[in-house]
Amino acid sequence: MRFVFKTRYEQDLQLFRDRTEAGWYGVLLLVLLAAPFVVPEYWRAQLVFIYIWGIVGFGLMLLSGFTGQISMGHAAFLAIGAYAETLLQIAGWPFLLSAPAAMLLAAAAGIVIGLPALRLTGIYLAIATLAFGFIVEEVLARWESLTAGNSGLMVPPLNLAGAPITGSHSFYYVCLACILLVGVAVRNLLRAPTGRAFIAIRDSEISAQSMGVNLARYKTLSFALSAGITGLAGALYAHQIRFISPEQFTLFLSIEFLMMIVIGGMGSLHGAVFGAIFMIVLPELIAITKDYLPQAIAEQTGLKSTVFGALMILFVLFEPLGLYGRWVKIRTWFSLFPLYKAGMFRRQKAYQKSERVH
Amino acid sequence: MEFLQLAIGGVAMGCIYALIALGFVLIYKATEVVNFAQGDVMMLGAFVAFTFASLWQFPFAAAVALALIVLVAVGALFDRFLLRPIIGQPTFSAVMVTIGIGFVARGIATMVPGWGTDTHALKAPWSDGTIKLGSLVISTDDLAIIVLTAALCLVLWLFFSRTRIGIAMQASSQNQLAAYYMGIPVRRINTLIWGLSAGIAAFAAVLLAPVTFVHSNMGFVGLKAFPAAVVGGFGSIPGAIVGGLIIGLVEAFAGFYLPEGFKNVAAYIVVLIVLVVRPSGIFAEMRRKKV
Repeated sequence: MRFVFKTRYEQDLQLFRDRTEAGWYGVLLLVLLAAPFVVPEYWRAQLVFIYIWGIVGFGLMLLSGFTGQISMGHAAFLAIGAYAETLLQIAGWPFLLSAPAAMLLAAAAGIVIGLPALRLTGIYLAIATLAFGFIVEEVLARWESLTAGNSGLMVPPLNLAGAPITGSHSFYYVCLACILLVGVAVRNLLRAPTGRAFIAIRDSEISAQSMGVNLARYKTLSFALSAGITGLAGALYAHQIRFISPEQFTLFLSIEFLMMIVIGGMGSLHGAVFGAIFMIVLPELIAITKDYLPQAIAEQTGLKSTVFGALMILFVLFEPLGLYGRWVKIRTWFSLFPLYKAGMFRRQKAYQKSERVH
Repeated sequence: MEFLQLAIGGVAMGCIYALIALGFVLIYKATEVVNFAQGDVMMLGAFVAFTFASLWQFPFAAAVALALIVLVAVGALFDRFLLRPIIGQPTFSAVMVTIGIGFVARGIATMVPGWGTDTHALKAPWSDGTIKLGSLVISTDDLAIIVLTAALCLVLWLFFSRTRIGIAMQASSQNQLAAYYMGIPVRRINTLIWGLSAGIAAFAAVLLAPVTFVHSNMGFVGLKAFPAAVVGGFGSIPGAIVGGLIIGLVEAFAGFYLPEGFKNVAAYIVVLIVLVVRPSGIFAEMRRKKV
């Protein structure tokens, strides 16, 4: 196992731990840059979905994984971003203006739902965000003069800076640039005082407050940032899917996002990306294995839902740290080779009740 | 008259919400887990009752009794094998497990032969009748829902206040550690509570099935029962009943007096207003958490 012996303060500010790590990320970036020329078109589209879901993952991870605020209404922020982007693009705005506008609008919605959240914890917050998600979905369906209601909206081709982009690779690179920007921004944010305040709030609101963290400010900020990031994902989603309608943004999408970050690994940015890959690849895997299953099972419509639910349960029961936690364990096993101990990552169980007053 | 007519329909629907909310509240009080699968457990109850009553042609009362027994067992098994292993992990993990249970339940319901994605009818002996009181027309389904819910509440009240095990459940819901020191087998009690709330869900399913039919998505009624439970304050049993009735009534009136679309979201608007005004529900005990 490598240990970095820090001798300068600048080393604390570095984005990567050491050169090896930076090198590996460089290789990954090169692979992703080359990918559209290598992989078939279908898989390029799946990669774009992974980027979009990854951006949502960063946003939701910031809120749920790092600030400890559960949200069951993130599909609503995605919807707000998608509709804002579509309408602004139809009005002729370029992406460089319309995407920030969509983010701001989603962030504003985040502040609106964040304000009652200041007084709510745990389950009450989950219900409040769930209610918000339902209301947004209904408003989108009913505000027909703006959103065309349930008949949906066709999304024009992406207009990046004045003219529609051409070439099928361009959109891929736009999405890649967005997820890189968001990833670096969130990572930097988490190392800055703001991110530290978020983590303090997650671990204990009362101790964070005693240390001088302004709960109201930081919780609202977390909601706004998370919603804004999800709004950006929504803008990209609209262009990728090319047709948006309210029934795409249901409670189930919100729950899928939650599953994504739990399966990926709560409280780590890698987890958000791992979760996004998992959520996009799993349906493909199911589709592939269907060919090998007996017909009676393969033709069932409930197969996907059953597999998702069962995997969710299995992950919580057997790998609460998610895919990223599993990866860290495997990595540690190799780097410590004969000395790995099974109990190394075991967390202490907290039997004390958290939410309730006794 | 119109007002009364709407009110009766609203109260009947509210009773269903109340029963499901009751299931949420029982589990939440005992284990601090919000069972997002409660609606889907209800859906399973409806399908099991449908299997006994329609597919296997049991008499209705026997089918209902068997469905209740099966569902109590299913609820207890969920607790024993899926939730007991994660005691001590954050509540959030347990919530995700219940969401997973909901997905699996819905998926499996569509795969079981004879259930599938179709809509099935489950008729109760009291179904399809109406009673006229002046200009008021009450369907016997609504009447049965209201009367049987009231009866169940009475039985539950007697159970919780008069029986040894009911009092043990109350004790372990109030303070697990103290209950444990008093010799109450807390974990077994929790399993029983899961069984009890699944049984209540099955009871609600039998009441609801003649009105809405049996299908794999009928558990979504549970999503309206959340607001009901929250409006009443998540930890309060009378609150769940009152909350359910409030949501049912508001929904019925919103569907009639307000523009189209408000019926679907009325419950959620009410819950947001209640949460802003009283963050832990109408019936919540207002106390500060100790560090």
